[in-house]
Amino acid sequence: MVALDHYLVLSGILFSIGTAGVFMRRNLITILLSIEIMLNAVNLTFVAFGRALGSADGQIIVFFVMTVAAAEAAVGLAIVIALFRHHESLNPESFASLKW
Amino acid sequence: MTETAFYLFGAIAIGASLLVIAQRNPVYSVLLLIASFGALSGLYVLLDAPFVAVIQIIVYAGAIMVLFLFVVMLLNAPQEDTEHDVRMHPFRGPGPMRFGAVLALGLAAELGWALTRTPGDSAAFGGTPVSSVSAIGRVLFTEYAFAFEVTSILILVAMVGAVLLARREEPR
Repeated sequence: MVALDHYLVLSGILFSIGTAGVFMRRNLITILLSIEIMLNAVNLTFVAFGRALGSADGQIIVFFVMTVAAAEAAVGLAIVIALFRHHESLNPESFASLKW
Repeated sequence: MTETAFYLFGAIAIGASLLVIAQRNPVYSVLLLIASFGALSGLYVLLDAPFVAVIQIIVYAGAIMVLFLFVVMLLNAPQEDTEHDVRMHPFRGPGPMRFGAVLALGLAAELGWALTRTPGDSAAFGGTPVSSVSAIGRVLFTEYAFAFEVTSILILVAMVGAVLLARREEPR
């Protein structure tokens, strides 16, 4: 019997994996991918709660989260490209100065 | 049947996400994340949300991940530095990495604790699911109309910002 609890546990595990990725990886692209994992874990929670409450709101908020994720990916990747042009590196520790 | 599908998709999602974190080649990471999104889309189908499942595939796997893949291949970036080898045990890594591993484990423990403290809802889903696109659209364009319009401005801003940031500076 698959219930709300199962989905919440799965979503929690996925969110923790995303957090671990953000903190442990030293590659800007992988960090952005980890943020996508976290956003998807939250989406799963929204849909599961929406299903449990019998409401459409969960699915609509997922729609907005996806829009924000698309905007975040576009701007984030543009920043990554600009940084890579200046430093020839994707390691966040090489971007220690505010100005180049 | 539903149970088997849930555990199958859940295992794929968790396994693929873990491998995304463990890969050193970003191209593999992106492709594994697409697999994870496919599994999540299956879970949305199990949750009677076919609209979300379809936009998960079209928008996430089809558009956002392809954008990532384009950038990874465009940059042709070197792999991660060997002194930060992720294959070593996370608790024996350098300071920030150890801190991150502890923090992630703490978050997982905290989420687990919170879930055991709540009364829990282990009954099967009741009620009628809202799965038709027309029902979702009706709510989206009435109750959430303002948020929907703001979204269009957000996308416009993101588009202009991305073009401006990634533009090559012309030589003076």
